[in-house]
Amino acid sequence: MVEAGGRRFEAMIEAFLPPVFAVFFSMALFGAFVALAGVDPIEVYRLMATGAFGSWFSVQNTLQRAAPLLLTALCTALPAQMGMVVIGGEGALVAGGLAAVASGLALSGLGLPVLLVQFAMALAAMAAGGAVICFAGMLRQMRGVNETISSLLLTYIVIAVFKQIVEGVMRDPASLNKPATRALPDSLMLGMLPGTDVHVGLLFGLLFCLFGYVLIYHTTFGFAARVVGGNPRAARLAGLPVGRLVLIVTALGGAAGGLAGMVEVAAIQGRASAALIAGYGFSGILVAFLARQNPLAVIPVAFLLGGIAASGGLLQRRLGLPDATVLVLQGILFVTLLASETLTGRFHLRRPTAEVKEA
Amino acid sequence: MSHDFQLSRRSLLMGMVAGSAGMLAQSVPFGRALAASGLTVGFIYVGPRDDYGYNQAHAQGAAALKSLPGIKVTEEENVAETIAVEKTMESMINLDGAKLIFPTSFGYFDPFVLKMARKYPDVTFMHCGGLWKPGLPANAHSYFGYIDEAEYLSGIVAAHVSKKKKLGFVAAKPIPQVLRNINSFTLGARSVDPAITTQVIFTGDWSLPVKEAEATNSLADQGVDVFTCHVDSPKVVIETAEHRGAFTCGYHASQATLAPKGYLTGAEWNWEKVYAGFIADILAGKTLPGLIRGGLKEGTVRTSPYGAAVPAAARSQADAVKAKFEPGDFVIYKGPIKDNKGQTVIAGGVSQGQTDIALESMNYLVEGVVGSVA
Repeated sequence: MVEAGGRRFEAMIEAFLPPVFAVFFSMALFGAFVALAGVDPIEVYRLMATGAFGSWFSVQNTLQRAAPLLLTALCTALPAQMGMVVIGGEGALVAGGLAAVASGLALSGLGLPVLLVQFAMALAAMAAGGAVICFAGMLRQMRGVNETISSLLLTYIVIAVFKQIVEGVMRDPASLNKPATRALPDSLMLGMLPGTDVHVGLLFGLLFCLFGYVLIYHTTFGFAARVVGGNPRAARLAGLPVGRLVLIVTALGGAAGGLAGMVEVAAIQGRASAALIAGYGFSGILVAFLARQNPLAVIPVAFLLGGIAASGGLLQRRLGLPDATVLVLQGILFVTLLASETLTGRFHLRRPTAEVKEA
Repeated sequence: MSHDFQLSRRSLLMGMVAGSAGMLAQSVPFGRALAASGLTVGFIYVGPRDDYGYNQAHAQGAAALKSLPGIKVTEEENVAETIAVEKTMESMINLDGAKLIFPTSFGYFDPFVLKMARKYPDVTFMHCGGLWKPGLPANAHSYFGYIDEAEYLSGIVAAHVSKKKKLGFVAAKPIPQVLRNINSFTLGARSVDPAITTQVIFTGDWSLPVKEAEATNSLADQGVDVFTCHVDSPKVVIETAEHRGAFTCGYHASQATLAPKGYLTGAEWNWEKVYAGFIADILAGKTLPGLIRGGLKEGTVRTSPYGAAVPAAARSQADAVKAKFEPGDFVIYKGPIKDNKGQTVIAGGVSQGQTDIALESMNYLVEGVVGSVA
């Protein structure tokens, strides 16, 4: 028990060091980049720290921006366990947002308890998002369609249908110049975490990440999923229900994306409009890859990217840097982190690393 | 063994806590110091501020304020209509000490500007779009302009220049503000020659460069020889049309430099004048109304200087109508006006002036427009 704990900690260190190193390395590269643009890198670092974590306001800003990324990242990270590269988080989010508003509006007049209606909205959103990504899984499983392409194309379709519905049948006639659905009643809006300005959607994201981690690394279901990811033919030979696993895991990923949509409408927008298509789904892909598809690692990475986004405004305002500066940093970070994977397995802290057997 | 691992884990955590606490202590007094003197004004744009269009028009307005004494301008571009804009406003207030904020995109208003206006009652919000109504927070003003007056003048010029009598309009969405521009442009053109038609293509969103180029090309293929548009950045439409040898009327800002041959005139915002006026009023301690509107008369909108391709007849006719707009005498929507399905939308004898609320919910395309709202 004690030994296992020690080894686990050492494995954790080993998993942590390369990304941490990569973050510092890319910050240095980024510093060189802004220096070339004629800006003092120390000032840039200081402003980024201020904007992302420098005050209670900045911390909350970071958390707010991280909240949707936690969920949309899972939309990529969960199917990745089975060796699938799903990039349809945006579609799942948009479908989820619309389903949440539709169910919320439909149930709001019936005098049901608020919590029940909110639960139904979350469920509807997860079902809608799950259906989108599960469909991509189905196409892969049954028709051999590449899930990366299909999930992206499905996203375009979902967005087109979404716009058609929001600007058509579900349009609030009073929303003249910004077509949107009718607003959810205030009572159905999600509240804030006590003592903060951060909506409870953050909590949903954290819980879903924890759930994903436990499911993938501490259940036989997750083990089976990872076996499929390692070698689908071997998994089939071993008698694993590969098709069912693919469908369930893609549906779960999509459900996370859909829930992000529900949070966007029920905590922030109050109604569904084109403003829902804000790119959270695509940022989620980046988060998932940076977290190396580990649902638990999604949490710190989402906070990191949330912090970068939160500090981006300050860089623009104080230093006159263009908005694209933040994208440059994200790009450097992405490449460096992927490259840092080569460092894995080359650390020997106390003794040659023992194999860690899990599940 | 477990013991020393635990210790190292704990000291790691302790180190992290100490580090972040240090960072916190260092940066808390940061924002306060800046706010000490003068007025800090925050500008928020939904797209890039050099887009040759909507955002550039606002950024030019912001730039005009920078030279005023005691005014500090802080700007942020590419801010989405999500929690991002709420946080940007709050960050400008908390970290930059902004007391006046211009969230310039229409979609920022509800719920974000309203929420911030309630939370920060001593900060003034000037929102572009014209959505304020009595009952909403008094510090959340909204302003907009009757830019369709300038569109009407563009239509007159376009009609004189077009040889094939076919005008093209690339538009984002069939919403009232856009329909009003299409209709005014067309009515202006048909006041010159009733045989003229305007072909309209809706791209579906405010910034879709590829679709805008496709729409322009397909209209050019159908024989359209004068183009205008209502999208966030007219750059693509204007450049594509120029490339096709067609003439163009600009929108939002001047695109004359993008189309030296074909640029005729354009409907521009004059935010430089409007914003300087707001600042003067605020510094003088005047209370601004909740809803602020203006057209050519108030100097809220203007037309681009005529390009070389504009004939004298077009100039004199457009100038004559402009002279009637300036005192506020000219009415564009004077009945009878039919829509493009043959229904009468404004009866004979009925005259809907610029301030008429009926025009704000326009849902038709006038006779002569080829296209459909749904």
